[in-house]
Amino acid sequence: MSIVLADPDAPVAAGTDRPGRTGKRIIWERPSAVLGAAILFLFMVVALAGPWLQPYPVPQQVGPVYGPPSARHLLGLDDVGGDVVSLLIRGSRVSLLIGFAAMAVAMVVGTSVGVASGYFGGRTDAVLMRLTDYFLVIPYLPLMIVIAAIWGPSLDHIILVIGLLQWRWTARIVRAQVKSIRERVYVRRALALGAGHGRTVVRHVLPQLGPLLVSIGILSVANAIFAETALAFLGLSDPTAISWGGMIHNAFQRAAISSGAWWAVVPPGVCVTLVIAGCYLLGQSIEESLNPRLRVAHLSGRRFRIRPTVGDHPVPPVESQ
Amino acid sequence: MRTRYILRRLVAAAVTAFVAVTLNFLLFRAVPGTAVSNLSAVPDASPALRDALIREFGLDRPKWEQYVLYMRELAQGNLGISYDNRQPVAANLATALGNSLPMVALGVVFALILATVTAVLAAWKRRTVVDYASTGAAIVFSSFPTHWLALMLLIMFAGILPSSGTSDPFLINPSFWERTWDRLSHMALPSLTLALSLYGGLAVIFRSALLETLGEDYVLTAKAKGLSDWGVLRKHALRNAMLPTTTMIGLYLAFMVTGAILVETVFSWPGVGRVIFQAVLDRDYPMLQGAFLMLTLSVVVMNLVVDLLYFKLDPRIAA
Repeated sequence: MSIVLADPDAPVAAGTDRPGRTGKRIIWERPSAVLGAAILFLFMVVALAGPWLQPYPVPQQVGPVYGPPSARHLLGLDDVGGDVVSLLIRGSRVSLLIGFAAMAVAMVVGTSVGVASGYFGGRTDAVLMRLTDYFLVIPYLPLMIVIAAIWGPSLDHIILVIGLLQWRWTARIVRAQVKSIRERVYVRRALALGAGHGRTVVRHVLPQLGPLLVSIGILSVANAIFAETALAFLGLSDPTAISWGGMIHNAFQRAAISSGAWWAVVPPGVCVTLVIAGCYLLGQSIEESLNPRLRVAHLSGRRFRIRPTVGDHPVPPVESQ
Repeated sequence: MRTRYILRRLVAAAVTAFVAVTLNFLLFRAVPGTAVSNLSAVPDASPALRDALIREFGLDRPKWEQYVLYMRELAQGNLGISYDNRQPVAANLATALGNSLPMVALGVVFALILATVTAVLAAWKRRTVVDYASTGAAIVFSSFPTHWLALMLLIMFAGILPSSGTSDPFLINPSFWERTWDRLSHMALPSLTLALSLYGGLAVIFRSALLETLGEDYVLTAKAKGLSDWGVLRKHALRNAMLPTTTMIGLYLAFMVTGAILVETVFSWPGVGRVIFQAVLDRDYPMLQGAFLMLTLSVVVMNLVVDLLYFKLDPRIAA
């Protein structure tokens, strides 16, 4: 239903490799990362090439209401006789747009709060973390419902609402990481040499956060798309925009289930699930590769690795049998 | 030390609750237009009626005075009157909560059992077919939009299980067992949906907590002592893996609320989630405000409980 990172307060070990190499290693060493990246890539291509792929114009009636799948309409027709395949293609644009735009909002707010909190500490930290605590415990969907209902339905509002309520995880995770980076020797040395706070943050702290931010960002996209689907289902998204969430909403409201028109409900849900699972697989792989503790398990008999006891350098795997 | 930890948690919860109450006040005052112009019942009220309503709701007074008034009424348990059915919001909420709790509780208990079993299997049989299958299933289930999963179950169980409401209104003189069976069968689909949509995320968290524990040196020691796999798992790994999982459950509560709202909407379950949905449709702001406040405060309280439980589970944190 929704996705949480393992523990928001645990600082992850910094990669010892150069960033470029780490990225490639993360993707290619894990089949789940390859799968996730492939799914996301596919949907992005479909969204970008939409106008050329779309077999029928949308929104427009091109056949009977809830017409069943046929050779001309591979996934049938929806509640107003629109072609489901065309709607799915068009819907991918809005859903992905909302996912990425809301992610950007959440990342900017969350990273700023997290960096300020972890870097400056003290009173700033206390105030910001109290605020984050509030945002962590509030049931976010009701709040989104309230704000979306008050502001009125529009795509911009949906993006803002989702983004402004998703930054909390980013803030907590970034803060934990920044707190540990801040104490590292090179940061203290930079400060001692007279570097300002701005320069220190931009040149020395932010680059260290890179891979972590990528992984949180990808997971945020998944959460944002889930939230859009939920808001659209409750009728709070922009009714004129065609999105996967809106398709499920329309089908449910107009009795697709009791009419037996499963083709109007199943495909948009499958698309949402695929994108969310894709984000999850990729994000989780990156996160896992940043947290070396997850790689060790003494109980799994096949092979286990001995955890390094000194230093950050990984010890080569030891085959147990 | 012990009392200090508990005190700190209590203060933190109180501050969060205060922030929640204050933001709840601000949020609804920040509505464009006054509450009166947003009353769906009087969209084009005459100036006289409008003024009378504004005075009645105390909206002509300064904001801080409204705030003090709001806090005072809240302290007395007054959440206002619903625009929709003219009943006190608190009474409406109590009814809705009575409907929601059993269904959500059943779903959550089922989700916890399912998550524990699959996570233990996955972590124990790491990198085998069992692990891939159970982790894969967990990821797929946590990726399903909750309401869509509900619709899928609705299609699958159409005609077998009742699809909406809490009970069959056409039962004539039902016996105790008949009534219980009727209620349970109505609860089946909503609870199952909630359980399936919640378990995946929990299983993934629990699995990685277990894996982290299994990497600890004391697990290796226990294994070296000659303990069986099951013994290591039960006596050393499971207990310690409970710790991070408990924290996550606290943070997971917000998701449970989300799931409940979506599930109740699909199955027309007259609980808190449905109340929120209906309040949005009717622009019933007092109801919406009351429901939102109740949900937020209950999550704050449950988090406090989890925190205290955590202390019980892991005495080290006080040191």
